[in-house]
Amino acid sequence: MKKHALWIAFAIIGALSLSVVATSRGETINALWIVTAAVCIFLVGYRYYALFIARTVMRLDPARPTPAIRRGDGLDYVPTDRTVLFGHHFAAIAGAGPLVGPVLAAQMGYLPGTLWIIAGVVLAGAVQDFMILFVSMRRDGRSLGELVRMEMGPVAGTIALAGAFVIMTILLAVLALIVVRALAESPWGMFTVAVTVPLAMAMGIYTRWIRPGRIGEVSLFGLVGLILAIVVGQSVAQSPVWGPFFTFTPVQLCWILIGYGIVASILPVWLLLAPRDYLSTFLKIGAIVALAIGIVIMAPPLKMPAITQFAGGGGPVWSGSLFPFLFITIACGAVSGFHSLISSGTTPKLIANEAHAPVIGYGAMLMEAFVAIMALVGASILDPGIYFAMNSPAAVLGADAASAAAAVTAMGFPIAPDMLTQAAKDVGEATIISRTGGAPTLAVAMAEIFSHVLGGPAMKAFWYHFAILFEALFILTAVDAGTRAGRFMLQDLIGMAVPSFKDTSAIAPGLIATVLCVGGWGFFLYQGVTDPLGGVNTLWPVFGISNQMLAAIALMLATAVLFRMKQDRYAWVTMIPTAWLLICTITAGTLKIFSGDPKVGFLAHADIFSAAIARGEVLAPAKSMAQMQAIVFNDRVDAGLCAFFMFVVVSILFFTIRTCLAARRDPRPTAREIPAIAVPAE
Amino acid sequence: MSGLFAKLAETARLMVGLPSYDAYLRHMAEHHPERAPMDRTAFFRNRQDARYRGGGGRCC
Repeated sequence: MKKHALWIAFAIIGALSLSVVATSRGETINALWIVTAAVCIFLVGYRYYALFIARTVMRLDPARPTPAIRRGDGLDYVPTDRTVLFGHHFAAIAGAGPLVGPVLAAQMGYLPGTLWIIAGVVLAGAVQDFMILFVSMRRDGRSLGELVRMEMGPVAGTIALAGAFVIMTILLAVLALIVVRALAESPWGMFTVAVTVPLAMAMGIYTRWIRPGRIGEVSLFGLVGLILAIVVGQSVAQSPVWGPFFTFTPVQLCWILIGYGIVASILPVWLLLAPRDYLSTFLKIGAIVALAIGIVIMAPPLKMPAITQFAGGGGPVWSGSLFPFLFITIACGAVSGFHSLISSGTTPKLIANEAHAPVIGYGAMLMEAFVAIMALVGASILDPGIYFAMNSPAAVLGADAASAAAAVTAMGFPIAPDMLTQAAKDVGEATIISRTGGAPTLAVAMAEIFSHVLGGPAMKAFWYHFAILFEALFILTAVDAGTRAGRFMLQDLIGMAVPSFKDTSAIAPGLIATVLCVGGWGFFLYQGVTDPLGGVNTLWPVFGISNQMLAAIALMLATAVLFRMKQDRYAWVTMIPTAWLLICTITAGTLKIFSGDPKVGFLAHADIFSAAIARGEVLAPAKSMAQMQAIVFNDRVDAGLCAFFMFVVVSILFFTIRTCLAARRDPRPTAREIPAIAVPAE
Repeated sequence: MSGLFAKLAETARLMVGLPSYDAYLRHMAEHHPERAPMDRTAFFRNRQDARYRGGGGRCC
């Protein structure tokens, strides 16, 4: 009893805070209630649920040699200190997703998002990361695709690999779109991000030739360079010569990014990718820590209502009702399928002892959910008028502050036009109207929090551009690294039909695969950029569906493994979240394809436009027949994409059921673990 | 204090994919005393190439 006392105290504090969050209506509450509720529930979830899974479901064995011990080579397989590895794993899973998803979800108020992040991570997201880490750790650190092949057969493995490639393409498109939305018509932001390219190259040359391997000092130089770039950026933006030079329309930026994607992924990694990776990783960790400290010091009240009228659907930020679309929108902060690729990547090869798996697999994901909670808090401390003015499409808001203020006031969030102009001026931008994509909203919130702690209102513009830079930097790193990863995946897939394509050192296949990969995400990026509703509206739900489906695939693999281990009586641990993810994603996918509401359903939207084409009519927001054709074509591509994702997930479900039934018929365990005997290390 | 700093530095390095060089040297001394280990620069380049070979493990 005594050893449980502390945890009971956490549980009580967590429950009390959550009840404050959940029952307040009308009066504003402090953000710290949400933070406290989340932290307490995460701690209790870790202590009881993660350790239950570790001891009873997985039956982790501290005496069993991990891949790092069995195959230790000092390079890929290295037994690593638990906290050091936690940092590595967290840095690998933390990205833009948990920051953007919750910001978009705030259109329904802070309560639905908070509840789903907390419940989702404890019961689904962290379970997925932890289970895949476990499965991979028992199989020499193999990757997700190989694991599916090992446990469910080659057909399932190939389907999962093809699914992962398409999901990656959509992810890159949506990330690039966020950068476009944040940097379009913003010379200050554009200048600072552009400076990172030569800056990173200088760092690359330094670490390659001048002082090889000195990551610490070169990152410090880089940081100084970044801060200077932000400071200089202000005068550049105001200069009559350089200001227009760094001002780009979204379509121009789209082409710049596509060109950048091809060039960056062909350059040697040491020149651009690696040094920028240092900057973006350290900046990301630093910004997350600073945000947590800032929120605790500032203790801001939440201005967003607990639940808005958009919970029923019809919101301007993204279409659809709470179920299923909230669960699709939050994505990474609660459950992220992508983490299954990380949990079956480098981490299982570095883990020193099976007993470390809970804190790394489950614990790091709790930390990620905490980042999502902070992003949700950030969006909710802003005046709802500002939030909706920034996140609604231009088609809803009109072109200037007066029309935007009128539109947002009509939604029920009164705001005066000069408040919008002033808010833009405060952060050093010409306008903040319809800066969709989540990143600018979060940047305004971070500027609010950081300037409260450091520098006062005069520093707001600096902090805003710091936040934009930090988000753009790690998104660009992800685009670059993702294009490379996509290229190898594609070479693997095409190599199944044309074996010569697999040669990763040959120039032609590499170049073709790179261009195909960039072409893939570039197509969706262009579609999003030219979409009159802002693109995020269309692309984020498709991304959310694909990401949650990848999570469902990972959890189905985990379920199959539990059945094959003869641990099926505990398989509910993975089956419950699998069932929930399947319900959400299949419902959302079906609605996105077939819903009669043209705001939700792609085909219904296409039908309206193709009917108008047949009548020879041009419908707003299209301005020409060619644009009308493009809208219809894009809608059909998106519907086809949703259908493809549903095909992937349903076929994996079929293979899972077949595998589980076969495992039940066999009286012995059939899971293909690497035996527990120690072999001499290499 | 210096122990804490060393651990933080090691964490930061592994965050960007650079494992401990000392651990590598220990491994080589223990298991392959007959082979000359890579020097620090070669080790750094080897790990840099390895990190991005498959894309560098990054998330959304």
